[in-house]
Amino acid sequence: MTIPEFKKHWTSLGIGMVWLFILLWPLLGIKPEGLEVASTFNVWWRIALGCSFLLFLYQLNKAGAFKFISRPAGAVAGSMKSATSMVPMAVWFVIGIACTALIPQFAGRYAQDVAINCMIYVCLGLGLNIVVGLAGMLDLGYIAFYGIGAYTYALLSVQFQLSFWICLPISAGMAGLGAWLIGYCSMRMRGDYLAIVTLGFAEICRMVLNNWMSLTNGPNGVTGIKAPGLYWFDFTNGMTLEHIWLKKLSLIYYVILILVVFTIIAVYRLQHSRIGRAWEAIREDETAAEVMGVPTFYMKLLAYCSGACFGGMAGAFYAARMRFVSPESFTFLESAMVLSMVVLGGMGSIPGVILGALALIALPEIFREFELYRMLVFGGVMTLMMLFRPQGMLPSKRTMRSGKD
Amino acid sequence: MEYFLQQLINGITLGSVYALIALGYTMVYGIIQLINFAHGEFFAAGGYVGVIFMSYLLSQGAPAWVCLSGSLILAMAYCAMLAVAVEKVAYKPLRNSSRLSVLLSALGMSIFLQNGLMLTQGVYDKAYPTELTQGGFEMGNVMLSYMQLFIVSLTAFLLVALNVLVFKTRIGKAMRSTAQDKVMSALVGINANRTISITFAIGAALAAAAGIMVGLYYGSVRYDMGFVPGIKAFAAAVLGGIGNITGAMIGGFIIGMVEIFAAGYISGEYKDVFAFVILIAVLYFRPSGIMGENVDDTRV
Repeated sequence: MTIPEFKKHWTSLGIGMVWLFILLWPLLGIKPEGLEVASTFNVWWRIALGCSFLLFLYQLNKAGAFKFISRPAGAVAGSMKSATSMVPMAVWFVIGIACTALIPQFAGRYAQDVAINCMIYVCLGLGLNIVVGLAGMLDLGYIAFYGIGAYTYALLSVQFQLSFWICLPISAGMAGLGAWLIGYCSMRMRGDYLAIVTLGFAEICRMVLNNWMSLTNGPNGVTGIKAPGLYWFDFTNGMTLEHIWLKKLSLIYYVILILVVFTIIAVYRLQHSRIGRAWEAIREDETAAEVMGVPTFYMKLLAYCSGACFGGMAGAFYAARMRFVSPESFTFLESAMVLSMVVLGGMGSIPGVILGALALIALPEIFREFELYRMLVFGGVMTLMMLFRPQGMLPSKRTMRSGKD
Repeated sequence: MEYFLQQLINGITLGSVYALIALGYTMVYGIIQLINFAHGEFFAAGGYVGVIFMSYLLSQGAPAWVCLSGSLILAMAYCAMLAVAVEKVAYKPLRNSSRLSVLLSALGMSIFLQNGLMLTQGVYDKAYPTELTQGGFEMGNVMLSYMQLFIVSLTAFLLVALNVLVFKTRIGKAMRSTAQDKVMSALVGINANRTISITFAIGAALAAAAGIMVGLYYGSVRYDMGFVPGIKAFAAAVLGGIGNITGAMIGGFIIGMVEIFAAGYISGEYKDVFAFVILIAVLYFRPSGIMGENVDDTRV
């Protein structure tokens, strides 16, 4: 860190803060009653102080002031990493599942609700991970398939009294079918054009759900959906098992846990199959993959459809759990949410996506008093993540060499 | 026939708004190949800042034309500054990274700005002062309000001014050459970063003007009003051939017209769907749009 660099940083910070003040002032200070600066200044000085402090820390770090901490910390982290990597992934997986399975026995109803929410988003994130992380296609309309799955189960359950277990594969299939139709039209596109087309399709889906009164009951939603059950008893009631050792809500908790385990295993197996490698080849370089004999169009379509199937499955569960669906739950913001889980966690990495879902669903529950600022922070973090760590929190390890085929 | 004429007038009014927003998309896409997701938020911010300045000026007893032009100019300046700030913070550091990263960064900025507006201005609609632009001409049953006249003539003025700026001035020349080849234009002494900032500023200023128009026309603004018009304007930009300024204007008017006529003659509930259908159809059958040149295979 040289002196001119040091000066340059502080000057740009100064200009930035003046700029910020000018941008904040009309929104906070100009009112029909008159102009005032106090309320703007009140917000502004906190931001300015925070930014100055961060810049100060950054410069200290650059100058090497934290070496006495970072060096031993790095060594500890490194040895921990090598220790954890000795244990195979499957063991961690089993430990994780076991811990998750025990949660309802200790936690209250609220914590269980949060955990169920988290797991729904893990399913969604893993499904989207196939499309974005593995095949490298940016899909901004993923929530449409969640919606299709949810409405499929909702309507089948309300109109035909079909059971959840029959509807689960049907929902996944319907979502897959929807993805096939959309994908067949849009898989020729790449990159940002694909992103905008998928967004368009998702909005069309939502508007159809919103306006097709005779089928979906429009904005009022579908009510009276049955909870998952087995022949004679509903899982929500918990039957008499509750008196033995299981708590009430936990049966539905175990349904989603099983779905999550199924999704994780399925995605893992897909990723490490011939198909998964084809997807990764398409992600790295589509033209090269085509030249090497990968049928890119069908592989992309397959990625899109299989991703959608997991979304549809999660949707069916969502409908069964909330026992109510309305188009409001399937907005673009939800798509952005699932996408940012994948991106924050690390594209293409299963533990990353799980961590991303935890970070975006469970963390806001802990900081409930800042509920209002949730989406603001979320948007900011998304940009910052792209600036400083575009590969995500737990990036996937690139396979160098494996398999025989 | 009268109904048709009325719809035509409404369509042109709405089309002017879409054309102004679409220009921002197309200029930014032309120069750095980025779908600027935050552009819809510039539009919303323009609407908000416009109403803030307008009510302030009104309360100070300024005459109507001062209120309108003053708030218009101030909102355009504000959005230009906002766009430059967003570009410097969220897009400039990512100029050499993958397109996915920049797109996600833009998405993050869009959510951030939208919620920033919500936090500072509240979740409810904010009403525009209505007394400024009341009345209109009536010809039989066809009504041309002063508001529509104001919107259309202001749009025409801005479009002409933009054309002069892009095709007749040095800045415009720099923008066009940077859009064609960044390295080459840097070699002949054009500051690419400054040119890109200027492009963002101009696009956002046009969006701000559109925001004020929409606020005046519908009587209120909302923090999340940028999303749907943003997508429709993007559809307009794609329809006209992305990167092409004349194309974006034409595309904007077509999308506005289609929306109004579809709502009037086919189905009001599904009026938002038509813009998306056009977008998808254009991307599928003619990705280069009406006016665009051929699109290279990295996009389609």
